Amino acid sequence: MRKSLVRDIAALIVVAGIAVALLLVFPEKQAAVTSTSWNYLVEMIVILPGVMVIMGLFAVWMPREAVARYLGHAAGVKGMALSLFLGMLPTGPLYVAFPLAAGLLKKGARVANVIVFLSAWACIKLPQELVELEFMGARFMTLRLALTVAFVVLMGVVIERLIGKGEDHVYPEDVVEGDTHE
Amino acid sequence: MNFTVLVVNAIAIAGVIIAFYRDGAKAVRSLKAAAVSFVRILPMALIIILFIGLLLGFVPPDQISRFVGEQSGIGGVLLVGAVGALMHIPALLSFPLAASLLESGATVTAVAAFITTLTMIGTITIPLEIKELGKRLALLRNGISFVVAIAIALIMGLIL
Repeated sequence: MRKSLVRDIAALIVVAGIAVALLLVFPEKQAAVTSTSWNYLVEMIVILPGVMVIMGLFAVWMPREAVARYLGHAAGVKGMALSLFLGMLPTGPLYVAFPLAAGLLKKGARVANVIVFLSAWACIKLPQELVELEFMGARFMTLRLALTVAFVVLMGVVIERLIGKGEDHVYPEDVVEGDTHE
Repeated sequence: MNFTVLVVNAIAIAGVIIAFYRDGAKAVRSLKAAAVSFVRILPMALIIILFIGLLLGFVPPDQISRFVGEQSGIGGVLLVGAVGALMHIPALLSFPLAASLLESGATVTAVAAFITTLTMIGTITIPLEIKELGKRLALLRNGISFVVAIAIALIMGLIL
């Protein structure tokens, strides 16, 4: 994690250098570039800290063990809805969800539910939807959300058909528990 | 200040107040976690902000629209979809980037494909996904996600 921060900062320095060089070579572009960047900076600064706080609160009050516990009990249509809902909660990046999903499969959860859970975790996070609403507008956000939910459920069912319900299993035996990198 | 910004910050502030009322130590931990994620996302956010400025300032809209606009057709959509699948930036930052593309002549379809593949598919995390969930499940999920993302994008283009 720390490594990736260093890498991002290095990349930022490179990009900033390129930006400065370009603007020195083409001074006529300075006004347009700085005003565009400034507008986006302001728009992000007013929303990102709030989103981070909401995510921080969820991370502490709703640890992933609790998510797994709730999901473990889920069955049927209710289970599907619960998988979707729990995946949508703001509880960390996607790689955190893989060991969770593997644990659920081992305990005999339905493949469809696990796929729905993973996909919801990946792309229908509640705080993300708020940022999407801010930048893309209500029509874009609600339509994409509705379509994504519908397709994610469909995808879960299709993948389950393709690989079997999940009693005989799909996960590798030698899973290292709780091994999360990046 | 618009409505969304107000709602987000109101929820955050109310959440923090309730958190301190319930358990001060946990509230502090939440705020620390928030500060850490903010610091982590900041360099990438600034990169995106600079990139957007340069993109809109230097690349004329007709160039952008040649690749991701009306003229580019399904090829353009597949291209942006693939770029989204390969990119590894926080989803939160894909929205300002998408908004800037839309502003400069990209189609709704292309932009929707970009956001959807970016969030649904994690090319960089595929090895980890394979390790935890097995090859079949991981490859099926990511592969079908690409098809699904393109379908979502095309439907959105038809409706909006």
